[in-house]
Amino acid sequence: MTRHEHTHHSHGARDPRCLEIFARLSEYLDGELGEMDCRLIEEHIQDCKPCIDFVRSLRRSIEAAHTYHAEVEPPQLPPELESRLKQAWQEALRRRKSA
Amino acid sequence: MKWIRLALPVAAPAAPQAGAQENYHGRVATPSPPSAAAAPEVEWARRLLEGDASAFTPFVESIQHRVFQYTWLMCGQREDAEEVAQETLLKVFENFDQLQDPARVRAWVFRIAKNFCLMKRRRSVFAPERELSLDELLPGTEDVARSSQLEDRAELPDQRLLRAELNAELERALRELPDTYRSVVLLRDVEGLSTAETAEILDLSLDVVKQRLHRGRLALRKSLARYLGGNGEVKQK
Repeated sequence: MTRHEHTHHSHGARDPRCLEIFARLSEYLDGELGEMDCRLIEEHIQDCKPCIDFVRSLRRSIEAAHTYHAEVEPPQLPPELESRLKQAWQEALRRRKSA
Repeated sequence: MKWIRLALPVAAPAAPQAGAQENYHGRVATPSPPSAAAAPEVEWARRLLEGDASAFTPFVESIQHRVFQYTWLMCGQREDAEEVAQETLLKVFENFDQLQDPARVRAWVFRIAKNFCLMKRRRSVFAPERELSLDELLPGTEDVARSSQLEDRAELPDQRLLRAELNAELERALRELPDTYRSVVLLRDVEGLSTAETAEILDLSLDVVKQRLHRGRLALRKSLARYLGGNGEVKQK
């Protein structure tokens, strides 16, 4: 990431400096960026309403994804399949012991 | 400063990977949902490898639920999702002696599930069909303007109803993602697998996983903006 001269600029959603930040926000939010990159991002967004809004909405979306659960339940396993699974497991254990 | 709160790392789903650096705030993200390595399936898998039959049912129920959730969103049809989930379960137990490390059981299971999904679709659902460009995923000025409006009219409707609505919106948004991005978002953000595990399951490089995850998240954000609002606040209906 190239370091910009940080001046108060007229931020906008299409500002090239904002676009550069947007491209790395997932890594930033995942804690996968180094200190210098984090500092550059934070220096940029501190006065940038579009960036603040964007970070907030991206974070909320990711947090929402963490909570997703399928409303549809998987079907109950047929007894014959459950027996097959148990048999397969026991055979696998026997192979493991004899290996 | 006001922006520090916003800039705090999102609760990342995965345990920090080797080489991951602490961020500016001197911490790494808090896992949420629980990382795959800490999932109860790990303990059940360990006990199953030791021959403990009491771990069989809870392990099956948990894995079946997780795998079905994945196949439900990847296969599109309930019948296919059920079939793939059952095939996955059978393959898991047939090859249980090949599970080397119980801590990695979820990644191992999802790799099997992914392969069955591929066979079911008879084509690579994980090959890029349509690249999402960053440009189409970034906010427009109207997005920002709307977010400011929504911030001012927040109310608290019934929380349970809200969660159900959000879950339904999430499912819609996840289904709308192109397959290549949906698979990465599901494994990373819904299932809580690490970037490295996701890369291994999908046979992708770390960089490709990161890129697809970011674009998938951006597409999700854009899709959910209709519900959450441009700034992520729940939209009053």
